[in-house]
Amino acid sequence: MEWFNDFWSTYSTLVFTVGVHALLALSIWLTLSCGLLSLANAAFMGVGAYVAALLTVNLEWSFPAVLLAGAVTPALVALLIGAPVLRLSGVYLAMATLAFGEVVRITILNLEITGGPEGLNGIPLITEGWHIVLILAVTIYSLARLRRSKIGRAFEAIKEDEIAARLMGINVDRYKLLAFTLGAFIAGLAGALNAHFTFFISPREYGFENAVDILTMAVLGGTTTLIGPMLGGTILTLLPELLRSLHDFRSLVNGAVLILVVLFLPKGIWEPRRIRAFFGRNKGDQA
Amino acid sequence: MLEQQLLNALTLGSVYALFALGFTLVFGVLAVINLAHGAVFMVGSYAALAMVSHLNAPLWVAMLGAMLGSGIVGLLVDVLILKPLRARNAPHLAPMIATIGVGIMLTSSAQGLFGAEVLRFPEDILPAGEFLVGDVHVRALEIAIVAIAFLLMAVLFVTLKRTQLGRALRAIAESPKAAYLLGINVEGLFHVTSFVTAALGGIAGVLIGLNFNAITPQMGQPMLHKGIAVIILGGMGDIRGALIGGLFLGFAEVISKAYLSSQMGDAVAFGLLFLILLVRPSGLFGRKLERKA
Repeated sequence: MEWFNDFWSTYSTLVFTVGVHALLALSIWLTLSCGLLSLANAAFMGVGAYVAALLTVNLEWSFPAVLLAGAVTPALVALLIGAPVLRLSGVYLAMATLAFGEVVRITILNLEITGGPEGLNGIPLITEGWHIVLILAVTIYSLARLRRSKIGRAFEAIKEDEIAARLMGINVDRYKLLAFTLGAFIAGLAGALNAHFTFFISPREYGFENAVDILTMAVLGGTTTLIGPMLGGTILTLLPELLRSLHDFRSLVNGAVLILVVLFLPKGIWEPRRIRAFFGRNKGDQA
Repeated sequence: MLEQQLLNALTLGSVYALFALGFTLVFGVLAVINLAHGAVFMVGSYAALAMVSHLNAPLWVAMLGAMLGSGIVGLLVDVLILKPLRARNAPHLAPMIATIGVGIMLTSSAQGLFGAEVLRFPEDILPAGEFLVGDVHVRALEIAIVAIAFLLMAVLFVTLKRTQLGRALRAIAESPKAAYLLGINVEGLFHVTSFVTAALGGIAGVLIGLNFNAITPQMGQPMLHKGIAVIILGGMGDIRGALIGGLFLGFAEVISKAYLSSQMGDAVAFGLLFLILLVRPSGLFGRKLERKA
């Protein structure tokens, strides 16, 4: 087990980050599954992280309560802005959520209680591996159930054709709001977990770039399954570590991956039908 | 004091307008939100800087070079990335996400090639004159920036309104399919538009780089956000809206920085943008949007 201890002391933060990124990728998967391109998930993550960290540091709430507050607060914010914002569609929704994200970031930057541009320092390291594993497992289970439920099918109907869904009697506005709010809930949870193992948070971690990173994870992995986004999140977390030798050119690869996936794998890396077809054909050749 | 601020606002606003014009034209003609436009802006200022400091080129040559260089980047993006996506009839988010990738690649290349630190134009190549109009200190540089920005915008306006090329572009903006049936070389004009808009973005980068005399790999990002604010303010794809929106943002930003706080200046732009989207998603001058099923 010694090798494991060595490995863990060096890489535990990285493994934790993989888990948090998987959660974030799932949060945007949820909004995408209802046909909404929201770039606000990084901001929701930030709201969750700051609320949770402030509750731990200033009021010394217990960790489960902190996590819950970190998830519920952004969900409430989503509920509030959702009603007007979700009237927009397509690129307009993307732009509006992007603008909302910037407003959140600049607000955090200017508030006294958040520590402004210096960020919050000295957040206790409470998050443990099993917390992340448990929350991730519960999230995956819930989303898998949700997909097969009436709600999940309504999301899919709205994504495929909003007007047809409306004509079939689906309350489109309410389902969109639900997807948006649940996405914010998961993103906030990820933020709250993240804040309690990084020791330090700053507004810089919740800007446009991070919103794009989250989107990239889902696009890279593919959004037809739940595995896709998590795979994408894992790859994009590990890739920069593997490419340390490239120094300043490191993120060049991220950009290239994004372009290549859009060009050549429009449904992402993890696409069951294509993978099955690939292996199926191989078997056929051997026979 | 107020007059001085207004001059600053006019300088900034005219460059914002120039930047946003390219941005909005791409959206109008190609129907793509080009999120690499900020990075192309940054490429323009580095290209000019490289020509001035390594080739000892005079400033006006460097400006032309920057336009050419960033224009070629825009053209390559269209030929290598957007064209295959068009051919495949990809959903409208695909090109947007691809341009995010282009932006990341350009920014990280600039950082790798030139370093992350702030670079500056050598002082002696900047137009140095400064004179007093009433109480206002007017730098020759500011006059030049405003003049160049408005000259380029005027050329663009006349081209779009009065020439055969402009009419063809406006036809494509209405409907690429109908334009194709009318015998317009749609693909060719997509390439032209990509080149011209990127060139405009690049020269805007040179002008901002000169105005603040500070160039960093990250300078494109805030500019991209401002560009988004401007084209939403003016209505997406609306040329006149981009001009007025750009000037308006310049004034709103400078005034709120002067009379509120320096950080809140940025929040004002986005708060405004957020509000506009909620109240009038088609922009201040936009037509009512048709719902396309």
